[in-house]
Amino acid sequence: MTSTTPAPIRSARQVTWARRRLATGRMWKQLRSDRAGFTGLIVLALFVLMALAAPLIADRSELRDDSSRGQLPFRPPSGAFLLGTDGIGRDVLAQVVWGARVSLYIGLFATVVAVVIGSLVGLVSGYLKGRIGALLLAVDDFFLVIPFLPLAIVLAAILGRSPNVLAIVIGVTSWAGSARLVRAQVLTLSERGYVDRARALGGGGRHIVVRHILPGVAPLIIANATLIVPGAILAESTLAFLGFGDRQSPSWGRILGDAQDKSAFTSNAWWNFLPPGLCIVGVVLAFTLLGRALEKIFNPKLSGR
Amino acid sequence: MSPRYLAKKIVGSFVLLVCVLIFNFFLFRIVDRDPLAKYRGRSKLTPEQKESLIKQFGLDGSKWEQFVAYVKNTAKLDFGRSFDSRRLVTNEIAGRLAPTLLLVGISTVVTIAIGLWIGMRAGWKRGSGFDKASTATTMVLYSTPEFFLGMLFLTYLGSRTGWFPIGGIRDITANYSGLEAMIDRAHHLVLPVLTLTLGYLGSYALVMRTSILDTAGEDYLVTARAKGLRDSDVMKRHAVPNALLPSVSLIAISFGFILGGAITTETVFSYPGLGYATYTAIGNSDLPMLQGLFLFSSAAVILFNLIADLLYGVLDPRVRRAG
Repeated sequence: MTSTTPAPIRSARQVTWARRRLATGRMWKQLRSDRAGFTGLIVLALFVLMALAAPLIADRSELRDDSSRGQLPFRPPSGAFLLGTDGIGRDVLAQVVWGARVSLYIGLFATVVAVVIGSLVGLVSGYLKGRIGALLLAVDDFFLVIPFLPLAIVLAAILGRSPNVLAIVIGVTSWAGSARLVRAQVLTLSERGYVDRARALGGGGRHIVVRHILPGVAPLIIANATLIVPGAILAESTLAFLGFGDRQSPSWGRILGDAQDKSAFTSNAWWNFLPPGLCIVGVVLAFTLLGRALEKIFNPKLSGR
Repeated sequence: MSPRYLAKKIVGSFVLLVCVLIFNFFLFRIVDRDPLAKYRGRSKLTPEQKESLIKQFGLDGSKWEQFVAYVKNTAKLDFGRSFDSRRLVTNEIAGRLAPTLLLVGISTVVTIAIGLWIGMRAGWKRGSGFDKASTATTMVLYSTPEFFLGMLFLTYLGSRTGWFPIGGIRDITANYSGLEAMIDRAHHLVLPVLTLTLGYLGSYALVMRTSILDTAGEDYLVTARAKGLRDSDVMKRHAVPNALLPSVSLIAISFGFILGGAITTETVFSYPGLGYATYTAIGNSDLPMLQGLFLFSSAAVILFNLIADLLYGVLDPRVRRAG
């Protein structure tokens, strides 16, 4: 019975946070060892860097649509214009680096909207089994079946073409799948012993959902969000290609749309459509690889696929 | 398939269709406070002309009266008149339906055939060279917007080499007939079909691969192998039929996606179908046309889902017997 310092008594909160820190560290290690997922993360970091550094690379005034400057259309890459010019004489490099901001911003904002709606609908419809649950499930069914692009087009045609509206339109049309996923996870978690125990101890509905079920579905929501982003970026580029979005600060999809309108293909102006197109493919692929890696980490049953 | 299963699916589809109708009304008459704001040349109209336009587009009377008139007209397949051409939206859609059906139909069949075949081979020999190569390829294709793919084909296989026409559905400078006309059509279809097929191949291959992997540990495969069947017979007769089921429902869902993909693909190739009409209607802010196209494509997708559900009922004995 010598005087050893007693282990400090830790509150439940400290214990939980220590466990979460440990889990995060483990996840990071797993991600590091997943070659495809880690490559995705690095590629994404590079694109984010490009978007942030846009003012250093090219002047914003290059985006202005004034054909009056009398510049020749479709000038091939040269010292003055590293990626040449488009059909109305604008610098393609400036459009691509500034476009990164628009495409990433709309893609991420739309994902936030989709994840918030999807998680709420999934949590509530999974936990409440009565009429509200059934109604939410029916709404979910509706959005799952309705063809995405025609719906997004009518919404955007009515609500307007600003980047924020476009992001909300994409978010509102792409949450149905994740609601389904979250709901399934909530249903399994609700059967677990610890939820029963919380209920037996007198925990109310809100307490159980926020304190016990939400932490259990959170990893799934994060992995799923990473997989919604590529879809949202593709959706944005599609809508922008078709003519929605701001012409004064074009996203990658809009650059492609302009190239198509000005028949870049007949001038063989590859510099006008290859860079923005490859940027879309790169970002979408990177997000997909990262999302699949996260999904594997959170759901070990999937590993090896 | 039990009558109950049949009835349940048909009623479900009908309810969905009604929801689409209500949603569409809500969008255009309530969210959009002034549907005529986008009517071209609106500022030059006299008050009388405005009045008659409001009548013509069914925007007079209370919201309830408008709704009743809207339901009646829609039941008669009357979606109003295009802001742009002033022709009936129904006629505009009907006139452009055939080219799109041809494009989407061929692409869907080719995509399903190739996609399922790739997924089957990749899943059966997991980790093989074929699996790695095909998974990498499908991931890249999955990440590529189909219109970018289309623009590449248009430039490199159309404009630069002259191997394929750079747009349209037929050669308007030549006067072909019979077999020659058909060859000309096919020639124009190659690039759009290639674009749509490659654009949507990935999802079929990935789903088929996953469902083949799911069957891998099943007892019936062990039994089949124990019987001494050849590996290819185990795959074709025992694994594939079971793995095909999830793909059936995917076919219905992705029909909606391919229909959407047709919008941009037709735009790239100036292919005169419903997709190109959508692109034109967006440019003209032609709301009645967009509304009609939305209703039409939703109805088509709901119908396809119903067909897939019924097919599922025939194919899957668990559904067939239990109902």
